[in-house]
Amino acid sequence: MATVVKSYEPTFRDKLYIPALFQGLMLTFKHMFKKKVTIQYPDEKHVPPEGYRGLHRLNKYPDGRIRCVACEMCAAACPAHCIHIVPEPSPWEEGKERYPVRFDIDLLRCIFCGFCEMACPEKAIELTEIYDFADYSREGLWIDKAGLLEIYELTKTQNYYTVPNDE
Amino acid sequence: MDLIGFIIICIKVVVVFAATMLAVMGMIYAERRISAFIQHRLGPNRVGPKGLFQPLADGLKFLMKEDIIPAAVNKPLYLLAPAMLLIPALMTFAVIPFGSSLTLFGRQISLQVADINIGVLYILALTSVGVYGIVLAGWSSNSKYPLLGGLRSSAQLISYELAMGLAIVAIVLMTGSLRLNDIVTSQQGHLFSWYVFKQPVAFLIFLIAVYAETNRLPFDLAEAEQELVGGYHTEYSSMKFAMFFMAEYANMITAAALTVTLFFGGWDIPFVDEAAMGNWGALLSGIAFILKTAFFLFLYIWVRWTFPRFRYDQLMNLGWKVMLPLALLNIFITGGILTIIS
Repeated sequence: MATVVKSYEPTFRDKLYIPALFQGLMLTFKHMFKKKVTIQYPDEKHVPPEGYRGLHRLNKYPDGRIRCVACEMCAAACPAHCIHIVPEPSPWEEGKERYPVRFDIDLLRCIFCGFCEMACPEKAIELTEIYDFADYSREGLWIDKAGLLEIYELTKTQNYYTVPNDE
Repeated sequence: MDLIGFIIICIKVVVVFAATMLAVMGMIYAERRISAFIQHRLGPNRVGPKGLFQPLADGLKFLMKEDIIPAAVNKPLYLLAPAMLLIPALMTFAVIPFGSSLTLFGRQISLQVADINIGVLYILALTSVGVYGIVLAGWSSNSKYPLLGGLRSSAQLISYELAMGLAIVAIVLMTGSLRLNDIVTSQQGHLFSWYVFKQPVAFLIFLIAVYAETNRLPFDLAEAEQELVGGYHTEYSSMKFAMFFMAEYANMITAAALTVTLFFGGWDIPFVDEAAMGNWGALLSGIAFILKTAFFLFLYIWVRWTFPRFRYDQLMNLGWKVMLPLALLNIFITGGILTIIS
């Protein structure tokens, strides 16, 4: 059944427009004193929520040995082909047979999809919350094994951005 | 005129000019901060304490920029237009009384640059000349967006100038004088002797028309960033561009001061007899004037960040079909009542 939609008939008060204008002004006036949403970036940094996909890291065992076994599952899963691994037989007597001599990630190619951490059987590669790693050169955005392990040290215990700066 | 009188006038000119330019800088800062606050942002807060030196940084930036004169422009008019806009904007303030009179060394100094007996006419004439600056800028740029901006500005001029003038006529009818000082003194006494209470309709019409006159939102059709790139000043760069903005803000300051003078008792403080208090009264009246003007300047910014822009035809409708008849009716009623009373 068809319903008749009643159109809104403006009252005399509406047609004056003045009360509506005043209402609008009061609204913006109230907003002037609301909490500001600005984060003053270099001074204060946005803390990304849990599960944020930022810069990669390579995890270590508590004894300091690298978790990665150079299976290259991450490199295979990577849609951007940004992970480059050179495997070698591990120098350790017991435990894992392989380890990566080189583990390089081209951050300019990386799309931060997180497939690598999902593909990893050893929980060796993970994405951290670090987002401000811009650089002036292409070389600076090519992170190697040492760099990735360093990121692990920076982020293993606490959130990178809740650490107070300049200490 | 004796030498001391001449020197006094020179000092007043310099003081008023400096105060206006300072207020322009203050307005640039206030606009950026208040607009940010309304949008839950912080606004400029880096240059100097609380970002107070931001206008200086802005000005320096404009000075450093390359001054480009496009090849296709009509050069004399193109160069004339910014000055055409800025000079009347600064000149208008000359007739506005910003306080009662000081007495220094037995000499009475009225706080007003020029006390001319056709003050209202002078202001109306000069603000209209200012619009020529916009029209000329739009036309001489020889480019489509500035041309459209200039065209809109001229259309705006003819639809608002009338209503604004007629709104002031009601005030002039009640005062019987075109001298701004007389208009202020006739509003002295208690609060309800201000013309905003005696002439609320004229006040509303004047306020709306003044927004159109100064090209501020909701009537900034001549600029209309979203549709016209930048409107009349699209082809301008560097300090010439800055001059348009200085003119806009100077115009706003004059318009706010005029609104205060015509409808809010000018430098008058209700229930206080400034003349009896001597120099302190003059000082207080000056402060009262500045505060009132500051409120209207704040209102400009507040309104800008609240209301959307009027469309070209809506503006014409409002100007010709609402404000003009209303202003005429207001004059008719005012005149009728005045005749009956006398």
